[in-house]
Amino acid sequence: MSETMLKVDDLNVYYGSIHAIKGISFEVKSGEIVTLIGANGAGKSTTLNTIGGLLKAKSGTIEFEGRNIGGTPAHKVVKEGMALCPEGRRIFQQLTVKENLEMGAFTRNKAEADETIEQVYEQFPRLKERVKQVAGTLSGGEQQMLAMGRALMSKPKLMMLDEPSMGLAPILVDQIFDIIVKLNKAGTTILLVEQNAQMALSIANRAYVLETGKIVNHGTGEELLHDDSVRQAYLGG
Amino acid sequence: MLTNLFNGIGLGSVYAIIALGYTMVYGIAKMLNFAHGDVIMVGGYASYCTMMYLGWPPAAALLFSMAICTVLGVLVERLAYKPLRNASNLAVLITAIGVSYFLQNAALLIWSSNPKVFPNIFNMPFFQGVTASAASVSADAAAADTASSGVFSVKQRGTLITIVVNLIIMAGLTLFTSKTKMGKAMRAVSEDRGAATLMGINVNRTISMTFAIGSGLAAIAGVLLCATYPNLVPTTGSMPGIKAFVAAVFGGIGSIPGAMIGGILLGVIEITARALVPTVPSDIFVFAVLIIVLLVKPSGLFGKTVREKV
Repeated sequence: MSETMLKVDDLNVYYGSIHAIKGISFEVKSGEIVTLIGANGAGKSTTLNTIGGLLKAKSGTIEFEGRNIGGTPAHKVVKEGMALCPEGRRIFQQLTVKENLEMGAFTRNKAEADETIEQVYEQFPRLKERVKQVAGTLSGGEQQMLAMGRALMSKPKLMMLDEPSMGLAPILVDQIFDIIVKLNKAGTTILLVEQNAQMALSIANRAYVLETGKIVNHGTGEELLHDDSVRQAYLGG
Repeated sequence: MLTNLFNGIGLGSVYAIIALGYTMVYGIAKMLNFAHGDVIMVGGYASYCTMMYLGWPPAAALLFSMAICTVLGVLVERLAYKPLRNASNLAVLITAIGVSYFLQNAALLIWSSNPKVFPNIFNMPFFQGVTASAASVSADAAAADTASSGVFSVKQRGTLITIVVNLIIMAGLTLFTSKTKMGKAMRAVSEDRGAATLMGINVNRTISMTFAIGSGLAAIAGVLLCATYPNLVPTTGSMPGIKAFVAAVFGGIGSIPGAMIGGILLGVIEITARALVPTVPSDIFVFAVLIIVLLVKPSGLFGKTVREKV
């Protein structure tokens, strides 16, 4: 088996007095696609944001490649080799496509960035056509591609994607998931948070089901796709 | 009429330079730094002291006061505003007013309330050096000044230098924010602090940098202002500071070209009003502009209407 890349152990996160994440533990192995599925408010995004350093955990450990990164501020987490593609895309609307991508490579030098930007253009030819365009004028699908391209600019070993299919037409959702599989085959480990459980489970090696801040079920993507309780709760019977 | 326009643009250029500090800090730190005007006053005193007591040439005095103001700006941010990063806007606003009074009263303690008469640096042979070091002026600007010195009076020469300095600062800042990595990072932080952090941008450092640039510019504004209106007292900075705030709102707070246009228009309005209706204090018109802008177009001339996504 391949080695563990990310290991989360007994993580507890609070919003003020609200206990949002209640002692969850999971791991992501090198080369995998792992998905966290669950309803609204189950704590999926909270988990990703805590790993990404945007939120502070009350207790528990987060290990990345054997190093404890719990409590590391978000702007330093990128250098560890992790990129978070946040919910709602959050591209810089007033910057151009190229500038957005450059920001993705903020922690790297120009030569490295120039090399990676070519790879990103190869992956997303649409972005190359629109380098000079202001990002706010892109369509929803293009904005999602830009958000993913921007995250790739730091050359992450682990890419965390928060609801990449949100608000996109079904055909675009298929496209985005194809790209995720392609990125994974090219060597990027993926931690995916999705409400579209069907799609997420169909591409995932392994999956965890979150319910009100706890992991209630886990298994391979295939197993959970056919699991009765999962089918009833998330896949519409 | 033309003279009024010229003088208006000159005064407006000072407002524009000050307004830049307001607008940049607002754009990135999302706060109104009402102590900004008092940084101008500190800049004025710093250059006054080095010139009068130490006999420094104006160029060196300007550089020194820029250094002092930069350090002061960063220090104020660290000590007064940074601890309030997650506090309510009102708390930060009140703190800024507190810092403003603190600086004014500290100046009162050090320099007393007796006005200091600022030397007329525009009349000194060094003044080309001032413009040269202000923002690494090209040889053209210096040449233009020399060529004009025969034609213009000392006051006009000062106005011309002010306008040129303003243009250079504006061009420099525009280049900085559109071409450099740090400048682009500032725009990114201004738009979405959280997303910028995820890129690896250190938001605290970016905010410090903004205060440093804004305060350094305030020092330049302070020297230009005192050279034109030579009575230097501890409250010297507050009125121009508030007017520059009006200029920033007029142009659209957060917008760099807005600060420029807003500042210049406000200067022209003030001088024209003073010439046309000399019996009415011209400040009335300046603040009427603020009220009208807030009523008619609160986002200002160049302000972006922020779309709130639901």
